[in-house]
Amino acid sequence: MDQERRIIYKRNKTRYERKKELIAYSFIAPNFIGFAVFTLLPVLFSIFLSFVKWKGGDFSTMEWVGLGNYAEIFKTAKVAEKGLGYLFTKVDLGIALKNTLFYTVITVPLTLICAMALALALNKAVKGAVGFRTVFFFPYVASMVAICVCWRFMMMKDGPINQLIMALGGSFNKSWTADSGMAIWSIILVSVWRNMGYYMVIYLAALQGVPTDLYEAATMDGANKWQQFTHVTLPQLRPTTFFASTMMIISCFKIYDVVAIMTEGGPGRSTKMLVTYIYDEAFSNFNYGIASAIAMVLLVIVLVFTLAQFSMEGKYANN
Amino acid sequence: MTQLAVKKDAGIARSPLSVVLKALLYIVLIATALFTLIPFVWMLSASLKLDREVFSYPIRWIPETFHWENYSLIWSKVPLLTYFKNTALIAILVTFIQTLTSSFAAYAFAKLQFRGRNTLFICYVATIAVPWQTYMLPQFILMRSMGLYDTLWAIVVLQSFSAFGVFLMRQFYQGIPTELCEAARIDGLSEYGIWARIMLPLSKAAVATLVIFTFVGTWNDYMGPMIYLTRDINKTVQVGLRRFIQENSSDYHLIMAVSVCSLLPVSVVFLALQKYFIQGIATTGLKG
Repeated sequence: MDQERRIIYKRNKTRYERKKELIAYSFIAPNFIGFAVFTLLPVLFSIFLSFVKWKGGDFSTMEWVGLGNYAEIFKTAKVAEKGLGYLFTKVDLGIALKNTLFYTVITVPLTLICAMALALALNKAVKGAVGFRTVFFFPYVASMVAICVCWRFMMMKDGPINQLIMALGGSFNKSWTADSGMAIWSIILVSVWRNMGYYMVIYLAALQGVPTDLYEAATMDGANKWQQFTHVTLPQLRPTTFFASTMMIISCFKIYDVVAIMTEGGPGRSTKMLVTYIYDEAFSNFNYGIASAIAMVLLVIVLVFTLAQFSMEGKYANN
Repeated sequence: MTQLAVKKDAGIARSPLSVVLKALLYIVLIATALFTLIPFVWMLSASLKLDREVFSYPIRWIPETFHWENYSLIWSKVPLLTYFKNTALIAILVTFIQTLTSSFAAYAFAKLQFRGRNTLFICYVATIAVPWQTYMLPQFILMRSMGLYDTLWAIVVLQSFSAFGVFLMRQFYQGIPTELCEAARIDGLSEYGIWARIMLPLSKAAVATLVIFTFVGTWNDYMGPMIYLTRDINKTVQVGLRRFIQENSSDYHLIMAVSVCSLLPVSVVFLALQKYFIQGIATTGLKG
């Protein structure tokens, strides 16, 4: 009798639990179905695609090539013969990697230094701080196409920027985006201009978290303003700087919009980036396998930085 | 967060050096503000000039005569109204679906027990780290086979189910005490009732953040619409502007006029809600 009751109870409990689970699943389902179909599935599919040769169209034309696409994009045979220099001067992937890396290495520190300087300035008692903050942040929400085309015009041969250079005694009478040396700098300039306000906001929030008694203690110890900056502010901002840089490195590796609108990867291959390369192979040349293999290179790079961020997050959380 | 930068000075007597430093500070701030704003000013100025005046030397910031007709001319040259309608439709639909389904899913992840919860959540977190550009091609192949190519629905489903939304809302819901849900359960509220009448009203700040960032992100998105939308009746403002630039590449004044129009809606949203933008970034510290 007792046992029977327990069994009934148990059965009821599982039914109750099952109902609870079903309710939980009903909460997840609307988002998860969309997510699974349009994100999860394509992610897995892209790994598979990087091992086949396929020009699109019928699935039966797909041909398994193993690591063939990777050998193709890295031009392994030629590189083995002519050395690593060949990869970065002649091979599309090497050039795209080199350009993307150069762009990242210059843009990230430049943006973060500007962002930190602006945040420090606004954190002082400044009149109109809210107004300044609004102005600095505004480019971040402005649409890329409009601002990029505007910058491209301003950097034209007779545009205001070359006029300014002339007024300052220099001379440059070419369109920036049409000069293979300057093109990448025009992209860097627009990126810094657009992003510094965003990271400034992050730094401003971080500065709010620096305890004021640290400065008081430093003043008591006779530290001047500069020493306070290097010994209190900078170390206190280190976690923020670390996260801002990894976040920004990742977004720099994904650069596309600015390049597509300002230079279209040119002149020549001087501003070809990883994503413009993926885009060209996928949507202009229809080399689906090659495009997916390049995409995997991008994925690996981004994952490395993400993992670094995760591991450091644990470290900062423990401290 | 409005108090972010208005910490008051202690009001100690000023030395000459500190006055100089203060002046320097303002000079740097004003110079940077000018640097930030000049492209917009130039854009506006060029949009009111004649074609040949745009690159005049020396530069004239205020046009000799204001050619307002540029702004009426563009409406006949480019179906701007269609672009605006498409973009608004996409942005509103995406924002609605994204906010609703993410907060729905996030409630289950944060407050309900079920089998596979951690596995599913790891799926979400893992794909946040995967750049969209790495799977845009398979996604394109999938959507084309579903007959979504060159339809607005392609962009809607592409943007609506981001893992980021779920992640953001779950973080927020975890901060809400579970006791609240339990008390409501005892009072006889169903799980759906708890979500609608307790969680949603309590998460206004997170919802506001998600709404504005999704809206602005979708409005400004360029690469997605460029891949999917080819017919003119389907184009968004960004892709339409791009087409206009390519087809009228030397009509600088008209391109600038269309650009100004494309910036207006987001600028208004930003100026009206800028407090929430700043708060959103400061609290999530994540991508927008």
